[in-house]
This record gives sequence, structure tokens and C-alpha cells, in this order.
Amino acid sequence: MKLFFHLGRYCLLIKRVFSKPEKLSVYLKQIVHEIDNIGISSLPIIAIISFFMGGVITIQAAFGFTSPLVPLYAVGFTTRESMLLEFCPTIVSLILAGKIGSNIASEIGSMRITEQIDALEIMGINSGGYLILPKIAAGMMILPFLIAISMFLGIFGGYVMGIATGACTSYQYIFGIQAFYEPWKLYYSFTKVITFAFLITSISSYFGYYTHGGALEVGKSSTAAVVYSSIFILIFNFFLTQLFLT
Amino acid sequence: MIEIKNISKTFGDRLVVDDVSFTFEQGKTNLIIGESGSGKTTIMKLMVGLHEIDKGQVLYDGQNFPTLGIKEKQEIRKKIGMLFQGGALFDSQTLEENVRFPLDMFTDMTKEEKLDRVNFCLDKVQLTNRNNLYPGELSGGMKKRAALARAIANSPRYLFCDEPNSGLDPKTSIVIDNLIQSLTHEFDITTIVITHDMNSVIEIGQKILYIYKGKPWWTGTNKEILKTTNAELLDFVFASGFMKEIYSAVKDR
Repeated sequence: MKLFFHLGRYCLLIKRVFSKPEKLSVYLKQIVHEIDNIGISSLPIIAIISFFMGGVITIQAAFGFTSPLVPLYAVGFTTRESMLLEFCPTIVSLILAGKIGSNIASEIGSMRITEQIDALEIMGINSGGYLILPKIAAGMMILPFLIAISMFLGIFGGYVMGIATGACTSYQYIFGIQAFYEPWKLYYSFTKVITFAFLITSISSYFGYYTHGGALEVGKSSTAAVVYSSIFILIFNFFLTQLFLT
Repeated sequence: MIEIKNISKTFGDRLVVDDVSFTFEQGKTNLIIGESGSGKTTIMKLMVGLHEIDKGQVLYDGQNFPTLGIKEKQEIRKKIGMLFQGGALFDSQTLEENVRFPLDMFTDMTKEEKLDRVNFCLDKVQLTNRNNLYPGELSGGMKKRAALARAIANSPRYLFCDEPNSGLDPKTSIVIDNLIQSLTHEFDITTIVITHDMNSVIEIGQKILYIYKGKPWWTGTNKEILKTTNAELLDFVFASGFMKEIYSAVKDR
């Protein structure tokens, strides 16, 4: 069974990744580098998508709430709930799986086919740990911040578009985003984000690390990394939602 | 000194390395030669543990490498320098960072000491003041030299070179060969060079193992190889018509 082969090999790789680093200071430098590479460079795309999606959700909500029985502050409430519970943690993570996942898989895959990983091994360095651990750590550290920014910009985008299109008033929107707020929902969202960060970085690294062949195979690894990261995000999203919301 | 004893390796049902034994001597450039696909690189990969060995022993100064634990293997690997066919320099790092990498990982040198060592190694391979260049900015020969500088940065006891001359012009090839030989003698390293370049064989082949279809077919020195009567080796050494003419002329004298 190919599934069990990959699962077993993934687990063995993760075990290697979390073994003791040769030199902590070098790994810490790598983590800072990866935070920049994975996180900061993703900020512009996240900001643009979140802002406009927040705006669109607000307009759609206002368009749907035609009954006079539904107060207009429900527009703000709906935008907040959509952004906090699903759009920012899950949909943005899926977008990041595309951006970060392909980046990680192609970077590590290229290192594999140009013998750079062999060079690390021969130097006596745990290549899995050196290459993958900083990416996982950086992803798990920086993605919650990215998602927090995404949440803020999404809700802000909703506010700007709501006012600009006359969907609701400023007072109604701000009242709506404060209404029935339950802090545990943020805990749920960020638990999802940290889990997804681990999945994106580790699965993409796995596909990159076991690339064999040439440029064509690097491309295939990149695609597989994005596809499988996305699938596992959706599966874990389902289970975490079941776990937290039932 | 590295000894290989009766090593064999099979990929699927194809026997790639068949019962090879040889002693690679310290302070000498030991060459493994043979046609493409004869199993040379596989032997080297078995020696450094990139492939798992099916049968036999690889003894690094008496320690059987394949049977060692992960930590013991890492200790031996810290003493290994390796020059890959394509250089295998880290693309995202400058030359200085590439050469400094093993020092960062395994030594407690100060920043200044590391820089001194990096400059010393770059100087040795004639890349003085090229510290801030990236691998993408280097020519093929410069990449090989830079990779050699990284390989010797941590003062290795064993140096492996996988086809150091592939893709290089004859003049640059000789520069690389001479560098490998001078480093071997200067630092008393056990050097293993995989090659099918006859210039290298004649230039630096102090001890040669000829591999034919995965089997050890002939051993000797660069002087002995010219007088060999081994038919397969003769075919390999004097493969071109031009070389055959030279051989006939030398033999007739």
C-alpha cells in the first residue's frame, strides 16, 4: 500500500527532523531566515485577499439580509464570524499551502537533485533536521501572526466596503462585530492555524526531501506538496471543528 | 587509510558492485576509474554511507563504517570532505558562507578565526577575495574550486572527489587535479578520486583501481597503466583512434 509507505516514511522523517540539533545557534539563525522567507513575504498577498474578501462577505451579507426582522448589525456579525471561524484560518491557510508549500518543496527538491542534501549528510549534518525543522518552527510561529493580520484586515475591509457601498452604517457594523463575541472561538481558530502550519511545512518538506530525478520531478513534488497539504488541511479542519464545536 | 573489503551492492536484480576490495592509502591520490555506469560512483556512495551496503566492510582507520551507530557515523563524516560532480554548493549562500558552513556547524572558532580559515581555503584554491560571490555567479571551474575549498575547510582526513574534471576544459582540469594532489600531500589526506578522465589518471594517479562491470579489474599506478596488457583496460585507456596511435608509437619504441 503506497499510503502506508508514505505515511511510514513521513513519520520516520519527522522523527529525524525533531532529533537534537547539531548546533542550536545555527538553527536559530535559520528559523529567523525562514520567518522572513515564509511569513513576511506572504504578507502582501494575505493582506490583499483578506481585505477584499472581508468586503465581499459584508456586501453579500447585506444583500442577503432583506427581511426587516434581521437587524443590520448582523452584517458586521456575519463578517466577523466568517473571517474568524473559517475564512482566515482555513481558506487563507489553503492559499498559503499553495504559496509556501510549492516554495518549500521546490527549494528542498532542487537541493536534493543537485546533491546539496547529500553534501549535508556527508558533512555529518542531519539534513532533515537542518533543512526542515527551521521551516516547521518558523511556519508555526509566523502563521498565527499572519492570520491575525488577515482577520483584522478582513474585518476592516468589510467595514470600509460596508460603509462605501451603503450596506450598513459605521455604528451598525461596529456593533455587529462586537455582538455575541466568545473568546474561545479565537482559541479554536488559532489551534487550527498552528495545526495547518505544521501540515503545510512538514508535508511540503517531505515531498521536496524525497524528490528523485531532475527538474520535472521537482515540479511534480511541488504539485504533490500543494495537493496533499490542501487535502490534509481540509481533513484536519473537519476533525478540529468536530472536536471544538460539538 | 580506508579499506574496502568484498563490498557488493545490488539495485533490484542488477548487481552493480561485485565483491570489490581495495586499500586507499593516506597521503596519496587514490583513483577509481572505469567507464560510465561501471559502478565507480556507487562504490564511493557506499563508502560514505549514501547507499546502504549489501555485503562487505568499509574500514575507516580500522572502524567498520556500515556497522557503526548514527553518532559514530557522524563523527567519521565530520572528518570527510567531499567534492561533488556538480559542486553541490548551497545556492542561497555566498562563497564565504559556503566555506564557513562546516566551521559554523562543528567548531567553536571565533568569527575572526573562521574568516581567517575561510580566506586560507579560498586562497588555496585561487579564489582570493571572491568571498561575496554566489555560486550562480561562478564558472564551472570556479564552482569546483569553491567546492574543494569547502571540502577542506574543516581539515578533513579523507577527501572524496566525484569526477572533479567533468565539464571542464583540459587546462582547468589540470589546475583542479594539481590542487587535489597538492592538498593531499600538504595535509596528508586519504584522497579518493572518481574519474574517467585519462589526463587525471596520468597526472595524479598514484594508486589506481580500475572497475569493469562492477568488478575490480586491475590495480596499479599511473606509470604501470601505460604498460598494461589488460585488454579491457587498454580499451578504456586508449579508446580513441588517436590515443591508439600514440600507444602503438610508444610500444614500438
